Amino acid sequence: MADPMRIRAQAQGGNAVVRVLMAHEMETGQRKDAAGKTIPAWHISDVTASLNGKQVLSAEWGPAVAKNPFMQFTIKGAKAGDKIAVTWKDNKGDTRTDEAVVS
Amino acid sequence: MMFNNRIVVRMAMAVAAAAAIQLPVAAWAQKSSADGIAEYRAMLADGNPADLFEAKGEGLWTQKRGPKNDSLEKCDLGKGPGVFKGAFVELPRYFDDTKKVQDLESRLLTCMETLQGFNAAEIAKTAFGRGEQNNVTALATWVAAESRGMAFNLPQSRVEEKTMYEVGKRIFFARGGTHDFSCASCHGEDGKRIRLQDLPNLQKNPGAGNGFGAWPAYRVSNGQMWGMQLRLNDCYRQQRFPYPLFGSEATVALGVYLGVNGKGGESIAPAIKR
Repeated sequence: MADPMRIRAQAQGGNAVVRVLMAHEMETGQRKDAAGKTIPAWHISDVTASLNGKQVLSAEWGPAVAKNPFMQFTIKGAKAGDKIAVTWKDNKGDTRTDEAVVS
Repeated sequence: MMFNNRIVVRMAMAVAAAAAIQLPVAAWAQKSSADGIAEYRAMLADGNPADLFEAKGEGLWTQKRGPKNDSLEKCDLGKGPGVFKGAFVELPRYFDDTKKVQDLESRLLTCMETLQGFNAAEIAKTAFGRGEQNNVTALATWVAAESRGMAFNLPQSRVEEKTMYEVGKRIFFARGGTHDFSCASCHGEDGKRIRLQDLPNLQKNPGAGNGFGAWPAYRVSNGQMWGMQLRLNDCYRQQRFPYPLFGSEATVALGVYLGVNGKGGESIAPAIKR
């Protein structure tokens, strides 16, 4: 089971700024281990975010994104008390969803 | 590279969500390298992945684990069983039960052995970043974070603590290895630097407080969370010394020396490093 994300969402002038920190190895598939064998790619491939259950963001990620990625975005019209959910899925099929309330 | 990747993430998000992004608007000219590094750290601090290790450590503290299936909630980090707030800024210190001066990581090992039944010697032998060592690092990150903003105030009332300070001082100045290096070669004077990065003078504040008070820290360049033990281990690697053992008296003595020198300095751990 993947480690939890840290999600912070703050209302700011009619919008909400959401900051997400994800725990993931983000292995590029380009590195080799000590024995010279290629370490297989293992990275987040899809990220979605929803506001009160309605999807507001969808992104396709690849191996160029850093380990333990940080993502920040603004949701127009979101206000305090709204529920934000962020989901990632990686290329091994593992997935993780975490929720936060806009403060 | 990692730095660029983080920018890429932010840019990609902006396109995907038509989101407002924050780009640094800065005049790049006429700035010292120290300013540049400070700015770089400030940009990354908001999304410091140390937060992830902190959260993991917090969970590990209360989780029942190990052969004895117990939590660490009764662990005595120097301020009484179960007290973690403010413990970090008073370590290393002398512990009556082990009759040793211990730093945060070696003390956590003791608790994991006595409370949870883990084999401390086995964990100490495990390479950094593997198995239970990862859990020790996460726990240390969380305990350090619980003292964020507090001033270092290592106890020096016991004779053992004073002895460790003197031992640490001697180790700090001891030269050896293929490069005839000591800690003091790099960290014994003001105004030194390695490549473009300023080196703190660890004999006094602000250098000692800043240097000692930043670890555990997340290293962006390799994506790893490092505790003080690994940081000191790396100092010895750079000096071409043999690696000191995890939680060894030598590293704890150095911790006492640095921590006492940094008295009054503010703890910013867990920090983010290049």
